[in-house]
Amino acid sequence: MAEAAAVVAESLAGYRARAARAVLEQVVLPGEELLLPGQEDGEGPGSAGERPLLLNAGARSGGRVVCGPGLRRCGDRLLVTKCGRLRHKEPGSGNGGGVYWVDSQQKRYVPVKGDHVIGIVTAKSGDIFKVDVGGSEPASLSYLSFEGATKRNRPNVQVGDLIYGQFVVANKDMEPEMVCIDSCGRANGMGVIGQDGLLFKVTLGLIRRLLAPDCEILQEVGKLYPLEIVFGMNGRIWVKAKTIQQTLILANILEACEHMTADQRKQIFSRLAES
Amino acid sequence: MERVMQTETKIRAESGIESGPRGPGCSLRNFACEQNLLSRPDGSASFLQGDTSVLAGVYGPAEVKVSKEIFNKATLEVTLRPKIGLPGVAEKSRERLIRNTCEAVVLGALHPRTSITVVLQVVSDAGSLLACCLNAACMALVDAGVPMRALFCGVTCALDSDGTLLLDPTAKQEKEARAVLTFALDSVERKLLMSTTKGLYSDAELQQCLAAAQAASQHVFRFYRESLQRRYSKS
Repeated sequence: MAEAAAVVAESLAGYRARAARAVLEQVVLPGEELLLPGQEDGEGPGSAGERPLLLNAGARSGGRVVCGPGLRRCGDRLLVTKCGRLRHKEPGSGNGGGVYWVDSQQKRYVPVKGDHVIGIVTAKSGDIFKVDVGGSEPASLSYLSFEGATKRNRPNVQVGDLIYGQFVVANKDMEPEMVCIDSCGRANGMGVIGQDGLLFKVTLGLIRRLLAPDCEILQEVGKLYPLEIVFGMNGRIWVKAKTIQQTLILANILEACEHMTADQRKQIFSRLAES
Repeated sequence: MERVMQTETKIRAESGIESGPRGPGCSLRNFACEQNLLSRPDGSASFLQGDTSVLAGVYGPAEVKVSKEIFNKATLEVTLRPKIGLPGVAEKSRERLIRNTCEAVVLGALHPRTSITVVLQVVSDAGSLLACCLNAACMALVDAGVPMRALFCGVTCALDSDGTLLLDPTAKQEKEARAVLTFALDSVERKLLMSTTKGLYSDAELQQCLAAAQAASQHVFRFYRESLQRRYSKS
């Protein structure tokens, strides 16, 4: 029994909360606890009774830290809830500890306020359209939330149409609501997406990669054919080129980009550019 | 496109018995895990332990029927399909055990009025089936991005007639054992989440088996960490 106890103690001692700064860009697993920069001094065995006396205890070196997707506050530490790479962004200006988040690969979308998404109208009931955005509930879209829409001048939206809009209400307790105008009342590219074209689904991580500034994939695709493309943060992409064949080629390339390395991609693009 | 992790490590686990032969039966069998192999579910994983293999798929958080929705947390459903025949009472009882384990670990409060469905298919059964199902379910939940407060794993112990402890028994060892115990342990402090036992054993033997399972679980969690690191290193 003594051996068993010793072995168990060894395995339990292997777990300890780590400093968030030390784990940046590494893969973190659910259940790990991370210490924020202000707390690292007090940690470690044997120092529990010797916390340094801070003169201005209110101001910590990091300031206010924002806890992004994949992390939860657990006391004064961060608890990792999803598997992925831990990332950090310094605050642009002012004081604040910046944002920590976990970059994970996922297929299922959860509505977030402010996200621009592509939805499919599934039902029209009275003054509200029900729009399927790929989450757990269909979002509601009022007919007055289009540019230039009034009670007399209703927008021309049918069941089955594609809508590009943003969420104004999206939390875990309420049904998500979306609109097709921005805060000034202008459409700004949102609204019903036109005829033809192809809608397909990719993972959320690929969308974030494609929408990052200076994305090479987009620049190369733009050089191939003239095209119209709409990205929804819910993993949906709508693409339209001059002919159906070009549209299908573009859709296949974007779907395959997830798994290709940069060299393979360049090969495929050069082959397509020749033909 | 799938990240195939074929970790061919033969892991020897300390058994914690002072007397009795520590033969080759005290080691865990080879593990292998593959994630994101199915295109329809939001997360999927296939877990192999020796010759036992289970395929798991997770859908969620998705729509839930009004009759099944819970106002403040997610509804977790588990379906276990045997290799041949229709699911019976044994599958129902295993589904309940797996569901209780998952509910203790998944942060359902973040997705109220949704459903998270875990579908498990037994591909081959060569002993330690429930433990393999638990491991596959955990990997699939991680692959789907369902928020969890810890990882969990399953470990099976068998006690044979002269008190020898065997970890991860094969089907033959399970049949000849006088007691088979399966434990689900969490990754944060190796706490016990679920235990199911069959047969005759004493109180001291239960504690020994639990200690041995806790020691073995660290190998399983190390394997999880390696396979997830390899998956994310390729992107």
